[in-house]
Amino acid sequence: MTRPLIGVLALQGDVREHLAALRDQGAEALAVRRPEELAAVDGLVLPGGESTTIAKLARRFGLLDPLRASVRAGLPVYGSCAGMILLADRLLDAPPDQETIGGLDVTVRRNAFGRQADSFESEIDLAGLGGTSLHAVFIRAPWVEEAGDGVVVLGRIMGGAADGRIVAVRQGNLVATSFHPELTGDRRVHALFVDIVRRHLAQQAGVVAGNEEES
Amino acid sequence: MSAQTPSTGTDRVKRGMAEQLKGGVIMDVVTPEQAKIAEDAGAVAVMALERVPADIRAEGGISRMSDPDMIEGIIGAVSIPVMAKARIGHFVEARVLQSLGVDYIDESEVLTPADEAHHIAKSEFTVPFVCGATDLGEALRRISEGAAMIRSKGEAGTGNVVEATRHMRSIRAGIRALGTMDETELFVAAKELRAPIELVALVAREGKLPVVLFTAGGIATPADAAMMMQLGAEGVFVGSGIFKSGDPALRAAAIVQATTFHDDPDVIAKVSRGLGEAMVGLNVSTLPADQRFATRGW
Repeated sequence: MTRPLIGVLALQGDVREHLAALRDQGAEALAVRRPEELAAVDGLVLPGGESTTIAKLARRFGLLDPLRASVRAGLPVYGSCAGMILLADRLLDAPPDQETIGGLDVTVRRNAFGRQADSFESEIDLAGLGGTSLHAVFIRAPWVEEAGDGVVVLGRIMGGAADGRIVAVRQGNLVATSFHPELTGDRRVHALFVDIVRRHLAQQAGVVAGNEEES
Repeated sequence: MSAQTPSTGTDRVKRGMAEQLKGGVIMDVVTPEQAKIAEDAGAVAVMALERVPADIRAEGGISRMSDPDMIEGIIGAVSIPVMAKARIGHFVEARVLQSLGVDYIDESEVLTPADEAHHIAKSEFTVPFVCGATDLGEALRRISEGAAMIRSKGEAGTGNVVEATRHMRSIRAGIRALGTMDETELFVAAKELRAPIELVALVAREGKLPVVLFTAGGIATPADAAMMMQLGAEGVFVGSGIFKSGDPALRAAAIVQATTFHDDPDVIAKVSRGLGEAMVGLNVSTLPADQRFATRGW
C-alpha cells in the first residue's frame, strides 16, 4: 500500500493535531512553511487557525501563488475552519483586503455562528463517511453560504438557529469542513482525505504508465 | 436522526479556541486604531486593556478592566478574536466582559488584584479564560479553577524577557520532572505543587499541559519571540513591546513572522532589520518588590 506524504500548512494554527491525525491514518505527515516543502507533498491540509494571519504570512513568505498553482494543478487539499476560508473563492464578513488561495466554488461567511461564546459542539450526519453521526466541534466557525454547481454538500447543521447551514463540502480533490475533526478522536474525515490522496496518486501513476506505453 | 441541542461553553470548545491561536501573536491594544494596526500586521487576536503595562508602571494608580465603550469599539474594528483583561478575583468584571462578547478573558496580574486570596471560579463561565503562571504548580492551580489557556507571567511592561525565560523554563522543567516519576512519587509531587493529583498524573502521562501554553511578559523583539517559541511556548503575547516602540506596524509584523519561523535565524535576521527604536527597557533586578507584577496571584 502506498504511503502518501501529506503536508500541513504550518504558518499558524493547530498544525500538530492535523499531523497526528494524518499519521494515525497511515500517511507520512510534513509541516509545510516553504515553497520547496509544498512541492514535495502529495496532498495538503489547511489547519484551523486565524485565516487573516495565515493568508498574510502566506503572502509575505511567497507561498500564496505556489499554493494557488498547486490547487489549480489538482493537488488534493483539505481545509478545516480557517482552512475552509482559505479554500473559498468568495468571502463574506472578511476584511476587504483578505486574500484566499481559492479553488473551491463557494461563498464562505467568516465567524458565521457568532463569537467565541457561541462556539459549540454537536452531532452531525456526514455523507460518505458511513456509520454513525460525527461529533463536531465548531469554534468561531464559518459556514458555506452558497455552493456552486460542482460542489457536493457533505453535511449540514441539524436543528437550532443555524438549521440547514452547510458545514462540509467536497469539489473533486478539495474538501472543507467548518468544524475541527482534528480536535476529537474521530478520524473519519482524515481517513476520507487520505483516501482521496491515495486515489489521486494511483490515478497519476496510471496516467504516467499510460504515457510510457504510448511512447 | 433527530436534531441535537448544540452545547456551548464546554472545556473542549474553550481549550479548542486556544488551540487555534497556536503559532500566533496576541497583541495588547488600547484603542480601535491600534487593534486595526495589529490585525493588519497579522495578529491572531488582540488584548483590550486600559493602559499598556509600561504606562501602568509609569503612571501608577489602580489598574482596572477597560471602558466597555472602548472594548465595543475594538470588537467593532477587527474581525479577529478580541480578548480583554479582568483583575485577579474580580468576577464581576469578568461577567461584564462576557456580556460584552469578548472571546477570551485574561485574569491578569498586570491589573491591580481585586482579591488577595481567591482567583475567579472560571469553570462557571461560557467565555474561556487565560491565566498567568510562574511555575507548573501555579499553572495547574489555574487550570483546576477552569483556565483554558496558560501563559507565562514574565514581568510585563519592562521590555525585558528575563522573567518570561525563567517562567517558561520553570514550567517546562516541572513537566519533564513529572515524566520521570512513578505513581507514589506523583502523590508527593501533587502535594508539593499544591495541585490536584488527577491533573498532575495527566501531565506526567502526556508530557504537556492539558491546555495551550503561551508566553508573555517582556517580549520586545522578533528574537525574543523566537527564543520563547524555542523554549516551548506555543505562541506569544506582546504587550507594551509593540505600541511603545518607534514603528508599531513594522515591529508587529516582524514579531509575527519571527514567531512562525522561530527556528530559522535567516528569517529572524531579515525581519529584525530597520525596525527603529525598541521600547525602552527596565532592569527587573532593580525593580522594587512592590512594583513586580509576577508576584501577584498565587
